[in-house]
Amino acid sequence: MFQVKSPKDVIGGGLLVVFALLLGEQSFVLPLGSSARMGPGYFPLVLCVVLAAMGLLIAVRGFRFEGEIYGHIAWRGMGLVLIAVLFFAFTLRPLGLIPALAGTGLLATLASRRFHLKTAVLLVAALVLFSWAVFVEGLGLPFVLFGSWFG
Amino acid sequence: MDLFTVGFPTAFSLQNLAFCFAGVFLGTLAGALPGIGALTAVTLLLPITFHLDPTAAIIMLAGVYYGTEYGGSTASILLNLPGTAANAVTCLDGYPMSQQGRAGVALFVTTAGSFVGGSIGILVLLAMAPLLVSFSLAFGPAEYFAIMVFGLLASATIAQGSPLKGLGMVVMGLLLGTVGIDINSGTYRFTFGFFDLFDGISLIVLAMGLFGVTEVIAAISEKSGDRDRKLNKVSLRSMIPTREDVRRSILPVLRGSGIGSILGPLPGTGPTIASFISYSIEKRVAKDPSRFGKGAIEGIASPEASNNAAGQTAFVPTLLLGIPGSATMALMIGALMIHGISPGPRLMASHPEIFWGLIASFWIGNVLLVILNIPLIGIWVRLLSIPANMLYPVVVVLICLGTYTATNNLFDVWLLIFFGIAGYLMRILKFEPAPVLVGFILGPMVEENLRRAMLLADGNFLEIVSRPLAGSIIAVTVIMAAILLILSIKKYYSGQAMPAE
Repeated sequence: MFQVKSPKDVIGGGLLVVFALLLGEQSFVLPLGSSARMGPGYFPLVLCVVLAAMGLLIAVRGFRFEGEIYGHIAWRGMGLVLIAVLFFAFTLRPLGLIPALAGTGLLATLASRRFHLKTAVLLVAALVLFSWAVFVEGLGLPFVLFGSWFG
Repeated sequence: MDLFTVGFPTAFSLQNLAFCFAGVFLGTLAGALPGIGALTAVTLLLPITFHLDPTAAIIMLAGVYYGTEYGGSTASILLNLPGTAANAVTCLDGYPMSQQGRAGVALFVTTAGSFVGGSIGILVLLAMAPLLVSFSLAFGPAEYFAIMVFGLLASATIAQGSPLKGLGMVVMGLLLGTVGIDINSGTYRFTFGFFDLFDGISLIVLAMGLFGVTEVIAAISEKSGDRDRKLNKVSLRSMIPTREDVRRSILPVLRGSGIGSILGPLPGTGPTIASFISYSIEKRVAKDPSRFGKGAIEGIASPEASNNAAGQTAFVPTLLLGIPGSATMALMIGALMIHGISPGPRLMASHPEIFWGLIASFWIGNVLLVILNIPLIGIWVRLLSIPANMLYPVVVVLICLGTYTATNNLFDVWLLIFFGIAGYLMRILKFEPAPVLVGFILGPMVEENLRRAMLLADGNFLEIVSRPLAGSIIAVTVIMAAILLILSIKKYYSGQAMPAE
């Protein structure tokens, strides 16, 4: 039976092909022009063709050869870091800079194990103070420190 | 000499001196902490340079870059953990020296070697700059296009893992660079209806996502970062080398500086490769190669000189052609472009204060680094005993703040999450993110030069190939690409796995 030697190369190459087709379809809508007077779609279309070819080669190679050893997905680390960034994006406007940063920092400390609550709180407090000093006082950026939810 | 009339007065202004110090200080810090290399450190600081004057901005970022080279050897020697990729080879003989109670001497020799390497690198940079400028003023769009394509190919394939994947990533970067308004026609490309993409993807968001978020996720999940570290104190007295140490180090330092100076300006071969090559050459020329790996002083002196020399000469193509050899150099170009300054052969004439000020700051920075790394070594040693997990919340907060403050637009934070996930996926699938950034920075320039060259050639690509210089560069590029393609298809060729810089 036909056996896939490196499934992740097949996935990776396949993703490149999908990406190339998606953008390639978009560049076709743009005026292509001629090779002497290139339109906005010309260069991107050439790139998409090259990218699709690369993706195809990588995927085909994945059917035939075993690839490198891949890492596993660290769900906990990825999840908590992304939640921390999401928290910042959602709360910066309604809560203001200081609560948003404190929450982001605390969520990020959760991502690595062996963090004592006291250390985490102290670290985040220092971090918020530092950020305020550099970005608000130092660079003079217009941040709302406490948002509308705090009246 | 403009270096003395323009350069030093600029670099010695109180403001620039302060930012040079901040740069080399943060660089040593980032270098000493395993897990944060030059690329991540420069990425994290990039948003701040938005608010600075361009000379101060580039002086600080450059200081971070060459500062990591100094700081990185500290962790290699004391912990057997490379502070940055360019210092990995220093572990081989540095850590055994430390186990033999000679950590102080090792730290002294790497710092002194770094200083000599850096200084020689700056001299080479000064010698090469006028030559390259007079040479490159004759370049037309066809030549620029050819050199850029060569640079892209080389930077994507030499140091990274699989060349095929590296090429795919460069093309991906070029495509991301086309997002936004096309300056020639005013047409919007690949904006998918997002108003916020009309000006293109912001460099800061892309770099923060691919290198910041991704690195934190990967580092946080590693178990080694959590372990407690026991470190011995390093006294100033223990740093004094014996006469024999000095005698053994002189030639390796000079050889390393030479190798680094040559490899630095070439695309794809940065400080990391320079340090590895220097080490293997030292081992080859040594009378007794069996000493290597057991604390041979030559094995730390030469690579450390080499990576610093390469770090300085890497600025030659970056500043004078506007073509970065690595992702970190691409960020340097990005930092200047944020201020509307495009590096290239005219930079020296149009912005002498930036060019000469930066070079003068290299000298000042290297002197500051010697002070930071010899008398003040105790600070960094103590710093290494802090558990690494304290660092990650700091980095996460800096990523969020930096991304948002660059444009004051929350859309960029959403885009950051997108690139963070994409970057982590790439890491899992073993695609290197560094070439994406190089392609992204060069993308608009490659397209512009290609368009102009083809217009001049009346749409006939053969006419471009028939130009002697452009044609020969394209020929070399095609041969290189062909070899890589054949290698990749005939067997699984994954190249040497070396982290980006």
